[in-house]
Amino acid sequence: MRDELLEEHQKLAELARREEIRPPQSSKAVLPWMKANLFSTWYNSLLTLVALGFLLLVFKGFLTWAFTGAKWSVIPANLQLFAVGSYPREQIWRVWGVVYILSVLLGLSAGMWGGLVLRFALVLGGVWFIGVLLPFEFSTRGGFLGAVVAIAAALFLGRGRTSFRPWILGGWLLSFPLIIVVLRGFGENGVLTSNWGGLLLTLILAIVGIVASFPLGVFLALCRQSSLPAIRWVSTAYIETVRGVPLITILFMGNVLIPIFMPDVDINQVLRMMLGITLFSAAYMAENVRGGLQGILRGQQEAAQAVGLNYVQTMLFIVLPQALRAVIPAIVGQFIALFKDTSLVSIIGLIDLLGVAKSVIANPDWLGLQAEVYLFAAVIYFIFSYSMSYVSQKIETALGVGNT
Amino acid sequence: MFKILFRVSALVLAITLVVPLLARGEESALDRVKNRGRLICGVNKELPGFGFLSQDGEWKGFDVDYGRALAAAVLGDPSKVEFRPLKVPDRFPALQTGEIDVLIRNTTWTLTRDTDLGADFAPPIFYDGQGFMLRKELGITSLKELAGATIGVSAGSTSELNLADTTRTLGIKVEAVVFEETETLYQSYDQGRCDVVTSDKSNLISRRHSLKDPDAHIILDVTISKEPLGPVTIHGDNKWNDVVSWVVYATFFAEEHNITQANVSTFETENPEIKRFLGIDESGGMGEKLGLSKDWARQVIAAVGNYGEIFERNLTPLGLPRGVNKPWSQGGLLYAMPFR
Repeated sequence: MRDELLEEHQKLAELARREEIRPPQSSKAVLPWMKANLFSTWYNSLLTLVALGFLLLVFKGFLTWAFTGAKWSVIPANLQLFAVGSYPREQIWRVWGVVYILSVLLGLSAGMWGGLVLRFALVLGGVWFIGVLLPFEFSTRGGFLGAVVAIAAALFLGRGRTSFRPWILGGWLLSFPLIIVVLRGFGENGVLTSNWGGLLLTLILAIVGIVASFPLGVFLALCRQSSLPAIRWVSTAYIETVRGVPLITILFMGNVLIPIFMPDVDINQVLRMMLGITLFSAAYMAENVRGGLQGILRGQQEAAQAVGLNYVQTMLFIVLPQALRAVIPAIVGQFIALFKDTSLVSIIGLIDLLGVAKSVIANPDWLGLQAEVYLFAAVIYFIFSYSMSYVSQKIETALGVGNT
Repeated sequence: MFKILFRVSALVLAITLVVPLLARGEESALDRVKNRGRLICGVNKELPGFGFLSQDGEWKGFDVDYGRALAAAVLGDPSKVEFRPLKVPDRFPALQTGEIDVLIRNTTWTLTRDTDLGADFAPPIFYDGQGFMLRKELGITSLKELAGATIGVSAGSTSELNLADTTRTLGIKVEAVVFEETETLYQSYDQGRCDVVTSDKSNLISRRHSLKDPDAHIILDVTISKEPLGPVTIHGDNKWNDVVSWVVYATFFAEEHNITQANVSTFETENPEIKRFLGIDESGGMGEKLGLSKDWARQVIAAVGNYGEIFERNLTPLGLPRGVNKPWSQGGLLYAMPFR
């Protein structure tokens, strides 16, 4: 009897729990959704219609231009130029080499880690697959197909082999100099950095800037918190000086003053821009990280010391993980800003994505098509910026930021 | 005593720091280019017809072709040139610091630039002049009638200064609307935000085709300034300036004598000057005097053709007439010095 009661009780509890856990029903169908959200009452329907009319009125000019007036043929005709700029076409295999290195690494990582990395790899594979479908030259489509296969094969190969994770991390670190070497080659037979261009150059500048400025920024932030006055002052002075100067000034300085100060050292222009962007971004990064550091209670540090951790261990294992997690939105915001700021190098004369856009509209074949070309460049910038933002949101969710 | 010692050592330090800087200037860019095996040429990357990237990533344009011609003359290979796109403010610093060997970027030859800026000019390769474009319906035919008009002009250009000078001379008042970007200038003009647009005539002519209705606009038959555009080298490097100058003359000379890209390798003549030019005479001294190979001029013509061919390839498609940019024998301003 008692057992039966207990059983009954458990059943009820289970039922209640299920009822509780089940998410509220949200209707995915379009029509019911519209009825519920747009046309629920007569005044809501009216509002919807008025708003729709207003939107049409506002975008009418744009839409008629986009579908009738605009000459979009300028975009497909110059797609390769947008992608790599003046990179010599007979050496384009170098760029493919980079695509393959990244595809394989990403595929392997996706297999070993799964989750967000896997989703990222699938998206990239999807992008490559779109490349296969588009009416490019045969060799280009073949290249994209190869990249799809590379990702898939690497994914399959890496599935579940978690013990290889440290190797892959090392691979990512190594891929960095490797990619630069593959792109540059050696000596006069390679590809001079002055020929790097288009989206390729934009991405290189952004990635180098992001990867280099992050550790530098963390280091500067720790220095600024240091108990040694000299270190604190130098770091503070650096951060405040850089933050007091616009990026374009730093880039101009790198471009004009470095050759004057160091006439015998030939530092190439792309490297100078990388340095400028990194040093600039590191100062902002330091301030973002400092914000996180200040949010960590003093007790954390004291507790770490009490269990016998030294300074490096305390920072590395106790303070920084918490501090960085708290400021992910700010850091990603800084990365996105950096990505967009790379377009300033087109003012210096490098031919990044924006530089290509400016050069295309100077081509006598495409005179006067600036609206189409600039809009296309803007869309590309948006896609990359939004992707970064999206990934950061996912990381935040995965780490439970904002739920604590 | 200590003070004097300090000053002397400071002086010595300063000299040891500065001398290498000056000493570097003694190496001619000609030797630098030969040692490097590559010419570095500053160009414009966004001027229709003069310098831009084509669809396949190749540099194209009138100025660009002169860069290739120079590489062909010095290194015997028109592809051994690295183009460095430059903006207006950093073109001269790039030349002074030795980052580029030569600047071929539609640069006007002026007294100040020749003296204060430490630049030396080779002969102009394009004679331009500032003009005015306006709507036909306005019915204006002379400058005086422009009184009260709004005139669009690029910021910081000589065009802006010339406009101010001209209106002052004529005693008329106009409203100058200054634009930062060339693209915006012409777009605003097309949308009617200014009545008139002023710039170099080559610019006006090429841009007229990109307007919505090119036939509704005319270019006034007046030129208010002289804009001789030519290659620039650093001041004091005479050897190098000679090379650049004679490469320019070589293109003029070839047009004067109908030597073209197609016939240069098989050109037959008894004219001793042409023989010297082509390097097929006995002495072969012309190239040697410049520090170049015997067939340097032939390399130039084989690479880019004569002046007329360069012009027709790059500027004729834009609708630019030859104007004064034709040989002196046809009433133009192009005049090659004797190859003797």
